Amino acid sequence: MVDLISIENLEPLKEIIAQHKEEPGCIMPILQETQGAYGYLPIELQKVIADELNVPLSEVYGIVTFYSQFTLVQKGKYKIGVCMGTACYVRGAQNVVDRVERELGVVVGQTTEDKKFTIEATRCLGACGLAPVMMINEDVYGALTPDKIPDILAKY
Amino acid sequence: MNMLNIKINGQDVSVPAGTTILEAAKSINVHIPTLCYLKGINEVGACRMCLVEIKGGKSLVASCVYPCSDGMEVFTNTPTVRDTRKAILELILSNHNRECTTCDRSGVCELQQVSEDLGVREIRYMPNKEEVYTIDALSPSVVRDPSKCILCGRCVSVCKDVQGLGALGATNRGFEKSVEPPFNMALNDVNCINCGQCIINCPVGALKEKDDTDRVWEALADPTKHVLVHSAPSVRAGLGEAFGLPIGSLVSGKLAASLRRLGFDRVFDTNFAADLCIMEEGTELIGRVTSGGKLPMITSCSPGWIKYCEMYYPDLLDHLSSCKSPQGMMGAVLKSHYAQSQGLDPKDVFVVSIMPCTAKKFEVLRPELSQNGLPDNDVSITSRELARMIKEAGIDFLSLPDEEFDEYYGDYTGAGTIFGATGGVMEAAARTAVEVITGKEAENIDYEAVRGVEGVKAADIKAGDLTLKVMVAHGGANIRKVMDDLRAGKLDDVHFIELMACPGGCVNGGGQPIVSAQDKMDKDIRVERAKALYHEDKDVLRLRKSHENPSIKKLYDEFLEKPNSHKAHELLHTTYTARPKINNK
Repeated sequence: MVDLISIENLEPLKEIIAQHKEEPGCIMPILQETQGAYGYLPIELQKVIADELNVPLSEVYGIVTFYSQFTLVQKGKYKIGVCMGTACYVRGAQNVVDRVERELGVVVGQTTEDKKFTIEATRCLGACGLAPVMMINEDVYGALTPDKIPDILAKY
Repeated sequence: MNMLNIKINGQDVSVPAGTTILEAAKSINVHIPTLCYLKGINEVGACRMCLVEIKGGKSLVASCVYPCSDGMEVFTNTPTVRDTRKAILELILSNHNRECTTCDRSGVCELQQVSEDLGVREIRYMPNKEEVYTIDALSPSVVRDPSKCILCGRCVSVCKDVQGLGALGATNRGFEKSVEPPFNMALNDVNCINCGQCIINCPVGALKEKDDTDRVWEALADPTKHVLVHSAPSVRAGLGEAFGLPIGSLVSGKLAASLRRLGFDRVFDTNFAADLCIMEEGTELIGRVTSGGKLPMITSCSPGWIKYCEMYYPDLLDHLSSCKSPQGMMGAVLKSHYAQSQGLDPKDVFVVSIMPCTAKKFEVLRPELSQNGLPDNDVSITSRELARMIKEAGIDFLSLPDEEFDEYYGDYTGAGTIFGATGGVMEAAARTAVEVITGKEAENIDYEAVRGVEGVKAADIKAGDLTLKVMVAHGGANIRKVMDDLRAGKLDDVHFIELMACPGGCVNGGGQPIVSAQDKMDKDIRVERAKALYHEDKDVLRLRKSHENPSIKKLYDEFLEKPNSHKAHELLHTTYTARPKINNK
């Protein structure tokens, strides 16, 4: 996983904007690439985007809050996605997610204080044969039981 | 012109191509309810109130955006149309904070009106969420109450497209959707210029002015206070509407009488200060033109425009005239010259201004608009707040006699009164500047080229051998066109620019009585109210040039010496400060 850029450093953002500025509908790719580079889209970054594109901040913010792919808050280094699709759910995904929450001391949607883990409840991950399933970044863990969670988390 | 023949409820109607069904129906007085529709500004078909049936059509269509086509047969009053509109309205109402009796907009609420028109008597739906809403009352001008918002988007369109700002926007989606400033910050902390255009275009009570009437009542009841009032040009062209008079009724006499009945110690007129402003600003302009000062000079009367400049064009602040606005000048003169002449301690003088404007509430708080720690004006209230006070006091406005404003600071000319319309300050300045420069009486003092509601106007004003190139713009989006050109160096040959934040100028200010979107369909309130001011200028007032106002001459003789004197600078001029658009620290 690439290291994220600190929001103190606005140069990469300005490069992203310069690259797309002349394209029609440039705001979506700019937001996507900015989130890719910085990990999230806080006001500091949105203000620069609004100023450089000469659009109101409310317009940028409106787009960011409209699409669920964008986030206003910093996510952890490792994103834990516990599948809550039908197959996983009936095979006990709720117990899995409860255990993850208990181990990390934060709930779904939140990030641990050390910015290491973010817990998310996802839609079907497409690995129903392994249900219940969760992913930690690109790693997939299947046939989970709550008791397996502490050892898995310890790997990170 | 290509005409289309259609039928509405069986009635033949012929309309030009491009006409919407809503407009066609209006032309034959068939009423179709609307909520989100705002002519020329918000035509989006979002609220679905205006649904109609078309013969052969698969589903109902939104008449506000659906163009007529030849041979079309439209039905606006079928059981399907009525039932559908009613169901949609009930859904909107199910999420609306229905505290009508205590709502600011009771009686002038479009949602209330539509509910009455459609005969809604019960609401079959439960609210989709039990949300706790926070009222944003941190701005000195605009209060936002999301519990009343129906998400029509009218304020968003006005703020972004007409004013060129976008302080409010649509955020989130689905049940979470809301209209708010970015990051749900307070309006006070974002790029809001306090103009109040969002208020006068809101169909409901989700946006309203910060009510300061309590402070006025308190001062009026305080025997130790000498309470003065002065009223801006446009108030007399709008106030009557709050009492049922037609749009564009001139009520100067009843305005003076009502203020006197409310118990103000003296009833003065901001128009006096408008005349004073012309003396100061005209002299400043002539000075800049003859001695190589910063040109073009730009007017500084509109507090919305001043904040706009401070946020968006801080590099061009030196183009602004250093003159305080008429409100600022009036307060400064009353707390100095008037207080002295009456033997009053300025601390005991309480100055109230009546303004068509919500940004004036922000202006009175500017620390630079004060003397010895006392603000030039203590409270600024809008035309709407004054109307409320008159009603609360039990004054029958319509039966009041026409009275005069009190002498001296209540004396004004036609030049002062036209300040309220876009182009008015320019015209008033021209009337004086031309005569001062040439030393002769001008033959024509009606400057038609700077009047009217065209967004950006330009004219050449001849003053002897000198030709003054002037421009006039109103409404934030037009202002930005002019200011961007100025920044790009395209306006180097222009001498003087008048900019007003509100479209149409102060007559259509954010503090004026509310006019519904339906009424605005066939009447341009900017034009109708301006007519009232030009009528007073031409047909009512004896004097039409600021420099001929005898009380202005007297004020210079006995107090200020001459325009732009040291004393005048101290009292009547000000400075500006760059400020951030978004204050998130």
